[in-house]
Amino acid sequence: MTGQSTVLAAEVPFPPKVEDFYLPSILPWGEHNSYWFTKITALLWISIAIIIIFFLVSYRKPALVPTKKQWIAESIYGFVRNNIAVDMLGKRGINFAPYLTTLFVFILLMNFWAIVPFAQISPNSHIAFPAVLAVISYVMFIYIGMKHHGGLKYFKHALIPPAPWFILPLLIPIEFFSTFLVRPFSLAVRLFANMFAGHMLLLVFTLGGFAMLNANVWFAPFSVVSWVMTIALTFLEFLVICLQAYVFTVLTASYVQGALADEH
Amino acid sequence: MITEVLTVAAEAGESDHNPIIPLWQEVVLGLIAFSILCFVLMKFVFPMMEKTFAARVDAIEGGIKRAEAAQAEANQLLEQYKAQLAEARTEAARIRDEARADAEGIRQDILAKAREESDRIIGAGQEQLAAQRESIVRELRSEVGSLAVDLASKIVGESLADEARSRGTVERFINELGPAGSAGGRR
Repeated sequence: MTGQSTVLAAEVPFPPKVEDFYLPSILPWGEHNSYWFTKITALLWISIAIIIIFFLVSYRKPALVPTKKQWIAESIYGFVRNNIAVDMLGKRGINFAPYLTTLFVFILLMNFWAIVPFAQISPNSHIAFPAVLAVISYVMFIYIGMKHHGGLKYFKHALIPPAPWFILPLLIPIEFFSTFLVRPFSLAVRLFANMFAGHMLLLVFTLGGFAMLNANVWFAPFSVVSWVMTIALTFLEFLVICLQAYVFTVLTASYVQGALADEH
Repeated sequence: MITEVLTVAAEAGESDHNPIIPLWQEVVLGLIAFSILCFVLMKFVFPMMEKTFAARVDAIEGGIKRAEAAQAEANQLLEQYKAQLAEARTEAARIRDEARADAEGIRQDILAKAREESDRIIGAGQEQLAAQRESIVRELRSEVGSLAVDLASKIVGESLADEARSRGTVERFINELGPAGSAGGRR
C-alpha cells in the first residue's frame, strides 16, 4: 500500500520492513504511536459491521423455502456446523456450531482484507487479533474440559495417559507442554505468521519490481515478471486466507473434542 | 514458520515495533469487537437458523407423514371399491342366473299350457268329428234304406215293364204274398 502510493516518487522503500505493518494513525491523523484508530482497527470494525449486517439482513425473515441471500447465510453456517462441528464433536457439536461459525467467518473476512484492493493488509497480520482468538479458544477448551470431567479431574485425565508408571515422568511434562503451553501460541502464531508472511511476500514482489525499475531501466522485463508474480501470489494468498480460517476453526473444534473425550 | 517469524522479529528488534508483541490497544479493541460479533450472531442469527432447520425437517417429515396417510387412505378406498365391485359382480351373476331360471320356468309353463290347449282343441275336434260322423252315419243309414227301397222298386218296376219273361215271377210273387201281398204292394 505504501509502496503503491509512492510509485511515482523516485525513492521506493526496499526491502520492506516490519514498520510497513504499522501505518500512521487515522485519528489523530498521521500520529505514529497512537493505535486506537488506525487502518487496522478501521478494517476490524468494518469486518464486524459487514458480518453483522449481512447476517441480520439475510436472516431478517427466515422462510422454510429460503431466498438466495438466506440460502447463502445458511450455507455458511451449515458448512461449519456439519463439516466441522458435527463431524468432529458429534451431536454435541451443534451447541458449539454458533461459536465456531462466528470464529470462522470473522477470521475469514479479517484475512480477506489482505487481497482486497486499497485495503491490502489483514488485521490478522497484527498478532493482537489472533492472540485474542487463541486465548478465547484456550480458555474455552479448558473450561469445557473441567465442566465435562468435573474440575481438576480434567487435568488428571488430560495429563496422565494410560501408560506404564515408569514412563509417566516423561509423558506428563510432554502432555502438559503440548496441551497447556503450546496450544494458544501455535494457534495465534500460525494465523498471524501466515498473514504477516503473505503481506510481506506481496510487498517484496510489488516493491521489488519498482526497485529494479529504478535501479536500471533495462531491468524492466524483470519488473514485469515480478508484478506477474504478485498476481500469482495474490491467488496463493487467497488460498492461504481460506485455509487458515478453516485450520483455526478445525483446531479449536479439535481441542474441544479432546476436552470432551472420555478415553485417550 | 515460527522460526521465520522469530528471525523477522529479531530484525524488527532494531526498529520501534516487535510484530510478536501484541499492541494492547488492539487487544482491547479486538476483544470488544469480537464480543459484539459473537453476541449478535450467537444470539440473533444462528439460533434462528437452527430453528429454521428444525422447522424444515419438521415440514418435510410432516409432508412425508401426510403423504403416507393419504396413500393409506387411497389404498383403503381401492380395497373398498374392489370389494364392492366383486360384490356387485356376484350380485349381477346371481340375478342373471335367477332370470335364466325364471325364463326357463316360464317357457316350460307356456309350453305345458300350449300343449294342454292343443290337446284340448284336438280332443274337441275329434269329439265333434265323431259326433258328426255318427249323425252322418245315422242319416246315411236311413237314406240308404229308402234309397235302396227306391232303387229296388225302380229296378223291380223296370224289369216288370221291360222283361216279359219275368211276368211269371211277379205273378208268382204276388200270388205267394196273398192278401198280405196286396197291402205290401201298396206300400
